[in-house]
Amino acid sequence: MAPLALSDSDQAMLSGEGTGAEQIAMRILVSVAEALGAAELLDISGAHIDSCLFHGMAGLEFAERLVDERGQVAVPTTLNVTSLDLLHPELNRGDTDHAPEAARLVAAYEALGGRATWTCAPYQLEDRPAFGAQVAWGESNAIVFANSVLGARTERYGDFTDVCAAITGRAPAVGLHLDAGRRGGIIFELVDVPASVAESDALFPVLGHLIGYEAGQRIPVIVGLEAATEDQLKALGAGAASSGAVAMFHAVGITPEAPTLEEALGGRVDVARMTITAEDLTRARDDLSTVATGPLGAVALGTPHASVAELDRIAGLFGSQRVAPTIECSVNTGRDVLAASSAGDALLGAGVEIVTDTCTYLKPIMSVEQGQVVMTDSAKWAYYAPANIGAQVVFGSTEDCVASAIAGEITRFDRWWHDN
Amino acid sequence: MTTDQRVLLAGIAEGEALVLEEPISFWGGVDSASGHIIDQRHPQAGSSVAGRVLVMSHGKGSSSASSVLAECLRLGTGPAAIVLDHGDQILLAGALVAGELYDRSCPIVVVASIAGFESGRRYRVDADGVRAVV
Repeated sequence: MAPLALSDSDQAMLSGEGTGAEQIAMRILVSVAEALGAAELLDISGAHIDSCLFHGMAGLEFAERLVDERGQVAVPTTLNVTSLDLLHPELNRGDTDHAPEAARLVAAYEALGGRATWTCAPYQLEDRPAFGAQVAWGESNAIVFANSVLGARTERYGDFTDVCAAITGRAPAVGLHLDAGRRGGIIFELVDVPASVAESDALFPVLGHLIGYEAGQRIPVIVGLEAATEDQLKALGAGAASSGAVAMFHAVGITPEAPTLEEALGGRVDVARMTITAEDLTRARDDLSTVATGPLGAVALGTPHASVAELDRIAGLFGSQRVAPTIECSVNTGRDVLAASSAGDALLGAGVEIVTDTCTYLKPIMSVEQGQVVMTDSAKWAYYAPANIGAQVVFGSTEDCVASAIAGEITRFDRWWHDN
Repeated sequence: MTTDQRVLLAGIAEGEALVLEEPISFWGGVDSASGHIIDQRHPQAGSSVAGRVLVMSHGKGSSSASSVLAECLRLGTGPAAIVLDHGDQILLAGALVAGELYDRSCPIVVVASIAGFESGRRYRVDADGVRAVV
């Protein structure tokens, strides 16, 4: 393996000619680049930082150290969710022991020059990366969306590496940053999927959940999807990046680097192929629920953060009806999306709690008690909420989630659940 | 046992192995206060990673895993070392920051295959390789 070649400016940062923060960031970046076998670092045009979510003193002390060492981001940088709803502080319930530390972390990342976007869906912002742009993004669902749907290029950056890349404006030239690292490695072919499944909006999160388990570190290539909206691809990617380590997928005929199967594979042959039947999908669907039924405590929508189109759709599904008085229904979204949406008043009027800057599976934002049943349309929420907030999960389509919120009990209209 | 390996993070550590049957995300999967696996879908839920030579195929899931690993290492509930068969920069970043801030070491090595590792057996990991001390 060739040793890592640093540019003059990389070398200058490493030897401490810049700020202390640049030196720390470059030191970590160089260790990561060497471990990954990178030949060099490359320039990035943007970053999305996940490290702003509080997970303990280590993350806070690292951020404050960078601030103390005069750290500033070198490229436009968006910030991921925090553990607090900064716009609606009255919604922060339950265990707020760490609220002061979470607020310090927010302040530190703003001091470093991050934009106060507080969203896990930076791809919904107007100035999202263009096709081919080299960026350094954290947040697993954002990473998979950037690579797969936008055709931007980011590795699967974790906390700390994301801010180190933002401060130096550099990233290791490896993996998904390079053409060779973006070729499909396992084919998932949908066969004989009946209309009741193909027409359900639950297909996308379920398919993501399934391929995440099966793909390992290979890039999945999905064959057999007719069409998909950005929101559906978001749900698919978020599911795959929760149950697995998927950082990019190709959907043949849909995503920009997969006009054909051959192009998605980039000339690779002898690629593993798995067929996915309705039975496989139904099994994956049922794996997302921890209980089949039970008294409903809450409905959780908007994971990842709801788009303008999704807020409109949810408001439309409520129509003139309201959330039942016995339960809570929340939707997470980004503050910029909420500002651009005209559905906010309708949702509030229907009794829906709009949560920004955070996510309801991170902390007890809803008054969900241990073991209470929460219905969600998100594979990611279903995956993480049981361990994080102790909820029991019932997974369903968006329509059934809204119908259940109105009825105050689990309601299934979706044909997939009736036919299988 | 010495196998083909690559050092992601140098260091020397020794401990009882915990060989994970499935990959895990530290975030949402491991409680930093106790070091226990809390992902109820994981076949080894309830096991502790604290002080163990943690052997797994690769990391997965959330990019917050770096923060949780760093916090585990700060609190002394993290693994003594990590052995993977695929490189994982998310775990590496967590271990690097724990080294930078707290001088805590958690060597990470990538081996050709984790198939030969046995849970409960003691292993010594150093920057030059992975050797079993039986």
